[in-house]
Amino acid sequence: MKKNEVPQDKSNLESANFKELCYAVDENGEYTTVNSTGWDPKTIALDNAIEEINARVADAKNRVQNNQTSPIEYYMELHKMDINILASYVGIWKWRVKRHFKPSVFKKLSNKILQKYADIFEVSVEQLKKLEHGN
Amino acid sequence: MEIKFTHHQSAHCENGVVSNLMKHNGFNISEPMVFGIGSGLLFCYIPLLMVNHAPAITYRAMPGFIFKRFAKRVGIKIKREKFKDPKKAKTRLDENLNKNNPVGLQVGVYNLAYFPDEYRFHFNAHNLVVYGKQDDTYLISDPVMEGVTTLTDKQLEKVRFAKGAFAPKGHIYYPTDFPKELELESAIKKGIKQTCREMLAPMPIVGVKGIRTIAKLIRKWPKKKGVKVANHYLGQIVRMQEEIGTGGGGFRYIFAAFLQESSKILNNDKLAELSKEMTQIGDLWRDFAVDASRIYKNRAAKTDGYNDVADQLDIIADKEEIFFKKLKKAI
Repeated sequence: MKKNEVPQDKSNLESANFKELCYAVDENGEYTTVNSTGWDPKTIALDNAIEEINARVADAKNRVQNNQTSPIEYYMELHKMDINILASYVGIWKWRVKRHFKPSVFKKLSNKILQKYADIFEVSVEQLKKLEHGN
Repeated sequence: MEIKFTHHQSAHCENGVVSNLMKHNGFNISEPMVFGIGSGLLFCYIPLLMVNHAPAITYRAMPGFIFKRFAKRVGIKIKREKFKDPKKAKTRLDENLNKNNPVGLQVGVYNLAYFPDEYRFHFNAHNLVVYGKQDDTYLISDPVMEGVTTLTDKQLEKVRFAKGAFAPKGHIYYPTDFPKELELESAIKKGIKQTCREMLAPMPIVGVKGIRTIAKLIRKWPKKKGVKVANHYLGQIVRMQEEIGTGGGGFRYIFAAFLQESSKILNNDKLAELSKEMTQIGDLWRDFAVDASRIYKNRAAKTDGYNDVADQLDIIADKEEIFFKKLKKAI
């Protein structure tokens, strides 16, 4: 990549006033660094990944409302987690976390366990139960 | 209190922290030098591990390895510590700051407040330097950022004790002992030799063979997984390749910069030639990213597209195989 070929496309970095560093060669063939505002191929990949996450969140929300899963799964998706990550944050075995996805099991959970989840998701136990969150 | 510390932006966090800490201690070591001596370049497909619901592929060595190898090869000593108790982790950090010693920390990205929201994923192998503290706010030099920034002690504790794969566990590290002069020449040779060995390893998931395996998988994905999932997987490959920190082209340009710098230190013209060749290979990786993005941009893509990008990877694999064989002979 030549210095003048370093892409300066519009991207989501702009909102944070952030430029990333790329390596490129100058007119004399010497390596140098150039700041880049973004590059379309990766912006599209990132946008797609975020869309995918949003779709997972919406799907989980739907299933909570249809009583097919518990709000824990919804909050897990909202925080871009999977079961492995969530289990290690709450310090509960994976198979138990999975069980807590069942609405019937979720209803019977003790306040202590609910509080653990609520702390991780940064909501109150009430909000956790009702599928409401701060933002 | 604030330690006099000069922040230099770098492409990649781990190289950047090492390079900045070395410069702070009076050794002018560039980011590509750290990356090359630490044998940072790699291609590895990790079967069974899923990241963001897609196969895990990496273009670089495991987190922490680059610094470890770099330190060993140039002859510096590093002190590392991990903690169970966040309070102890904090005390140790404060002790070092009081001793005027800037330290490297491993942190999780998800709760890193100054990162753009879209970039906050559960990735736990990010690195930064803490160089001071004012009241309960820590002064942070994050090498991928243009300037310095801050985190409150609560925010810092959260990222130091992020959970999941590669959980940092409050990991703190800093160089403690330096030789009079760094043994750069032998270190460069060792770094290059290991990179060649890994890229040419006779294993289907590593190096050149790993690239061929991924090419094969890409051909299968649309039929086996459906277009939607195939596109998601393809997008993930491009993201890993071009994510902030790679310097472009899956670290190939940083590696080329390292070869260029090394050719001057070792007085070896062959390395300068090979640097040019690596730049061209980097350009091929960029072309692959452009064509892959065309596929996942319009969702109803033809299967031809997948075969085309897989062909591109096969060509890259062939070129890298020839390249690393030549590089091995050049030193």
